[in-house]
Amino acid sequence: MLRNVFTAAVITVTVALLNFSASAQDAVKIGLILPMTGGQASTGKQIDNAIKLYMQQKGDTVAGRKIEIILKDDGAVPDNTKRLAQELIVNDKVNFIAGFGVTPAALAAASLATQAKIPEIVMAAGTSIITERSPYIVRTSFTLAQSSTIIGDWAAKNGIKKVATLTSDFAPGHDALNFFKQNFTAGGGEIVEEVKVPLQNPDFAPFLQRMKDAKPDAVFVFVPAGQGGNFMKQYAERGLDKAGIKVIGPGDVMDDDLLNGMGDAALGTVTAHLYSAAHPSAMNKEFVAAYKKAFNSRPGFMAVGGYDGIHLIYEALKKTGGKTDGDALIEAMKGMKWESPRGPISIDPETRDIVQNIYIRKVEKVDGELYNVEFATFEAVKDSGKTKK
Amino acid sequence: MSALPDVSSHAIARARWRPSEIAFWILVLACAFLFPSRYLIMTDILRLALFALSLDLILGYAGIVSLGHAAFFGVGAYCAGLLALHGIITEPVLALVAAGLVAMVLGFLTSFLVIRGVDLTRLMVTLGIALLLEALGERFSNITGGTDGLQGIEMAPILGMFAFDMFGKTGFFYSLIVLFLLFLLARRIVNSPFGLSLRAIKNNPLRASAIGVPVNRRLIAIYTLSAFYAGIAGALFTQTTALASLDVFSFEKSADLMLVLVLGGTGYLYGGLIGAVAFKMLQEFFSTITPQYWLFWIGLVLVVIVLVGRERMHRWALWLPNLVIRQFAGRKAVVAVPESDAP
Amino acid sequence: MTTLFTILFDGVAYGMLLFVLACGLAVTLGLMNFVNLAHGAFAMTGGYVCAVLVNQSGWPFFAALPLAFVSSALIGVALERSLYRHLYTRSHLDQVLFSVGLVFMSVAAVDYIMGSSRIFIKLPSALEGQFDFFGVGIGRYRLMIVVICGLLTVALQLILAKTRFGSRLRAAVDDPRAALGLGINVPQVFAFTFAFGCGLAGLGGALSAEILGLDPYFPLKFMIYFLIVVTVGGSSSITGPFLASLLLGIGDVAGKYYVPKLGPFVIYTIMIVILIWRPNGLFGRAATR
Repeated sequence: MLRNVFTAAVITVTVALLNFSASAQDAVKIGLILPMTGGQASTGKQIDNAIKLYMQQKGDTVAGRKIEIILKDDGAVPDNTKRLAQELIVNDKVNFIAGFGVTPAALAAASLATQAKIPEIVMAAGTSIITERSPYIVRTSFTLAQSSTIIGDWAAKNGIKKVATLTSDFAPGHDALNFFKQNFTAGGGEIVEEVKVPLQNPDFAPFLQRMKDAKPDAVFVFVPAGQGGNFMKQYAERGLDKAGIKVIGPGDVMDDDLLNGMGDAALGTVTAHLYSAAHPSAMNKEFVAAYKKAFNSRPGFMAVGGYDGIHLIYEALKKTGGKTDGDALIEAMKGMKWESPRGPISIDPETRDIVQNIYIRKVEKVDGELYNVEFATFEAVKDSGKTKK
Repeated sequence: MSALPDVSSHAIARARWRPSEIAFWILVLACAFLFPSRYLIMTDILRLALFALSLDLILGYAGIVSLGHAAFFGVGAYCAGLLALHGIITEPVLALVAAGLVAMVLGFLTSFLVIRGVDLTRLMVTLGIALLLEALGERFSNITGGTDGLQGIEMAPILGMFAFDMFGKTGFFYSLIVLFLLFLLARRIVNSPFGLSLRAIKNNPLRASAIGVPVNRRLIAIYTLSAFYAGIAGALFTQTTALASLDVFSFEKSADLMLVLVLGGTGYLYGGLIGAVAFKMLQEFFSTITPQYWLFWIGLVLVVIVLVGRERMHRWALWLPNLVIRQFAGRKAVVAVPESDAP
Repeated sequence: MTTLFTILFDGVAYGMLLFVLACGLAVTLGLMNFVNLAHGAFAMTGGYVCAVLVNQSGWPFFAALPLAFVSSALIGVALERSLYRHLYTRSHLDQVLFSVGLVFMSVAAVDYIMGSSRIFIKLPSALEGQFDFFGVGIGRYRLMIVVICGLLTVALQLILAKTRFGSRLRAAVDDPRAALGLGINVPQVFAFTFAFGCGLAGLGGALSAEILGLDPYFPLKFMIYFLIVVTVGGSSSITGPFLASLLLGIGDVAGKYYVPKLGPFVIYTIMIVILIWRPNGLFGRAATR
């Protein structure tokens, strides 16, 4: 069995060769863990693109130190996330870990952030409890509570009496459902049917059939970024739009990334969300144009989460004068306010979560393309999902 | 292979520890000290190796194809996770064994489904069982945590003394010891008369039963044992990562496992170990170079390996060592292709 | 009551789609005993070809469908002549490794070229929405699928039963050695059938973009369903996979409607039960090699 030894030797040498990790002492390293493959790959790509764009625009030096991004693919599998985060912290000695395309990934890395005292910047995941899991977590994405409570209120006030809900069966889905129900029923509405669809490979057709049979005024939908298009196609095919059943929900289902491909069935859908590519601010117009030029596609809310996340890191470093002490950075981030392509945002000093405007928007055709056009604004919405003390 | 007088001395000769095997294990142990910063990925490799070993027991020695071995892995993982989470058994080694036993029971119960039918049927039945368990896990998400998985698992120190640390050192040595002990056990079993009868069954079940080997009973026994090993691999996974989510049952896990084993070669126990190292290192190598498209390069490597053929690759790899050995020993018969699926 | 018919109709449409996708695999497996797990990749290719033609080059949908078939068939021929041919005599495990490697390559390549998001094909407006048939809602697109796949199935059955090529194929599936002995050019029969099977997969892929969703991970996501169809149906005829796909389609849709919490549970249980009862599939016969 000499072959075994030889093979093992070859492998050992290869491993040794791969093991060099000389690093510039002066660079600030950011471990970016994103789903670049698998079902959530579009989220990972958007965030990666947005960060690249930001660094192109603003340069890669802050407070006299160079910024180095180490990108790792976790495929949205939490044990990969944990191992990658551990390796980044222990081997590459990163000063920040960032990204986290899904809730379980963000949660898996939480204990590491606490142990290593390194800021964890969540740029995509949306469940409320995430920021409670570690005092080093700061979020720049959104929470489902923010959008779901607003749309719940809006629906109750705008003549929608009966709603059937369709949500994905995972933590953000549960958040979306619960907060919507809470506000909608408080406003006098009635939930006639509740369906939870599996997260992987959902075929909406039979579920939509159930909804149609329940004859609601509107369907409240939450599916993760990437599945919205599928849903709308099935919705149209089943004839729910002809039956007068509207679609409402948090804006995830009308993600700008996919909106244009959905066809006219999406027209008139009202959603509440943090970002629309049609947001009428000068900064956003520039952002969308630059993103389109660089990546040939429209930025969605995930891209904005990444863009603001890297901005937060830059600003925090400026505030601490380039020092990378975890506690100092977190203190610097608390209470920070700035103008983002989505509107004005800030980091809540108590919860380290994002506070932002939520807009109610309707899908309309602008210049031959579909956009979420904003028509109402709720300012400085905090996350209402934190555990009541 | 030089001709040996009879089967029993042949079997005894095979069962002796060869110097290359000893060198292999020393090399593995040395890795712990050579690469102190890579404990995590090495632990990953060890767990995968144990899992692959469990599949080798049925695939390489008994000829049962299974695409659903993740079922037992997953059961072991969730068992260990739930035991730790609810504080029922806090000592990791006990929990490990308990989880393995639960997986073993499941293996025993499902073995009756697996002994019927041809290869393709077995493939689908085993896959079906794994997928069924995944669907069940989803259904009872209040117990399993659903897609999000079990949260907040905290592992107590092993034997009360060795706590799990962030660098993965404890986890690595724990996994290494478990792997080694189970490997010894497996080695003993496959070189026993029981193991030989399995090889007979794999080659020709009809002939084996004609000479009096109780085919079904043997298959059930090895399948159950393999489930035990897979369950322990799963429990090890949860204990060293403090995570358990529905991915443990996924089709990808079983498929990756098949790849690992076929890469390394079946039927000589070391195939799983070598395949695990090769696969993980390749994956790590490619995903560092291209975090997004590493799948392409791995696919290319697999295609090339199959087209070139493992035998040819062995010959190329062994060319230099053979040359050296021939200088010293002057004999022609050196290192044979060790796989038992050579006719 | 009308909902029952809608569900039945939906299930039939889904089942027929699966059949078109999977029958190539059934024939490949039954004929040459070759496990081609890359079958889904041919489906994906056809789907993307159709999408690009319709979305970017402005072809009408019905003109792009045949091209999806042809492009997948051509790729099938090219790969068969260059790569697959060398692996016919290898063990099943090697074939699995090879085809999985091909799948990985195709998934990553499509991801690179077309991006990771799900892709939609712009349908002609005649195919959108539903119409009412005595109170039962019939989706237009699904109706088209049923029609096209139904015609294909009938055509396939006719080819198998009434043409000389069909009888050569049936002989080769039953017993290749005897067929060779009778002067049937089995390798040629196989090459042609393989290409045809890939073409069908490509057509199925184009049709399934609306229903199943087309993205770079399509081959990995749906491989399980194809395998289920082929194993439950048996690989020695096409009636077997046809009935198996219908069963699978109806079972899946009905399961999700009536017991949404247990959705996927239903198909897997059905499959395991059938395989225990009939290990060679519903209509299979034990291989004579």
